[in-house]
Amino acid sequence: MTDRDWPLYEVFVRGKRGLNHVHVGSLRAADDQMALHHARDVYTRRNEGVSIWVVQSATITSSSPTEKDPFFAPSGDKVYRHPTFYDIPDNVPHM
Amino acid sequence: MAAADTVAEEELERDFDGILEAGQRIEPRDWMPQGYRSTLIRQIAQHAHSEIIGMQPEGNWLTRAPSLRRKAILMAKVQDEAGHGLYLYSAAETLGADRGDLTVKLIEGKQKYSSIFNYPTPSYADVGVIGWLVDGAAICNQVPLCRSSYGPYARAMIRVCKEESFHQRQGFELLMTMMRGTDAQREMVQESVNRWWWPALMMFGPPDDQSPNTEQSMAWGIKRHTNDELRQRFVDMSVPQAEVLGVTFPDPDLAWNDERGAHDFGAPDWDEFMQVVKGNGPCNAERVANRQEAHEDGAWVREAAAEFARKNLAAERADR
Repeated sequence: MTDRDWPLYEVFVRGKRGLNHVHVGSLRAADDQMALHHARDVYTRRNEGVSIWVVQSATITSSSPTEKDPFFAPSGDKVYRHPTFYDIPDNVPHM
Repeated sequence: MAAADTVAEEELERDFDGILEAGQRIEPRDWMPQGYRSTLIRQIAQHAHSEIIGMQPEGNWLTRAPSLRRKAILMAKVQDEAGHGLYLYSAAETLGADRGDLTVKLIEGKQKYSSIFNYPTPSYADVGVIGWLVDGAAICNQVPLCRSSYGPYARAMIRVCKEESFHQRQGFELLMTMMRGTDAQREMVQESVNRWWWPALMMFGPPDDQSPNTEQSMAWGIKRHTNDELRQRFVDMSVPQAEVLGVTFPDPDLAWNDERGAHDFGAPDWDEFMQVVKGNGPCNAERVANRQEAHEDGAWVREAAAEFARKNLAAERADR
């Protein structure tokens, strides 16, 4: 058995309290615990994080990547979801 | 059917070109021309291998660093090189390459790494000069790659560049300390600079008129400047640093050219460069043999970890 049998993990790091976890890269590990330890050693050598998530890449479900994807069409024609859609006179304060 | 495929492919290529023209990034699951993918895999793998092999020349001094402070710094730096290799293997994997395969290709000599790491480090001053000149040249090469058109590579390079700055500064500080020491120490620094200057200039690759892939790579946005442009930038940056340090570069043609607003300098020995690239440098065989040995010595650890994971998973399932 070689390291190519180790599954690929995606790594997400929370930079500091108040921020979301952000994807930073991937690594190979034999199991979840090892993935976490490797993620700490590879991606947070300089206090880049206060919390790490690791997840096996194969378990991620994702949309198709192209921007023309019809998957995102439902949000394309709903301009009324944006505040700029509404005309409010300039003399209305605090809005 | 074939005609329809061609039309579809042309449309995909138009979309790809459109993303590049808009200055946007290509991401892993986007369609991309086969040449773009294979060129990037080669470039990123070569870069990753350079980081991994690059641990050896300086690793040579880990057990003999002159103080605990210098030893701790050197260990952190060598560990960074390993980390950089991993960021880059990770980027290569997003293109469909397999890290295990890449390691095998390195060991079998099917993929290259930067020829600079095939030179020996007989003097402790080499640790400082590698940080200053070799990492300095690497920074010149790498900063523009933070804008590579391929997203995962660009993001990996941003992380790498942040850390390289520490590498260059620790090297320069080490050399400044030696230059404040004895005559013998100053001679060590100059001797080391004399050995590394030309190989450092070779790190930018052959002259532009002998670099056939540059044009396509620049069109694809995976190379942002030509080899000669970057070499010139490196010379212009290094000369004033050498003055501060109090060392000279071993090039009689090196002189400021007012007209060009840049330094003139001599040509490296490109025959030597080709010899080292072909595997005939002073340390090629040793570097690859060490990497192979480390890989083989680590086999039982990889097997044990995989077996441990398998048993734990089986036990977890039995508990449910």
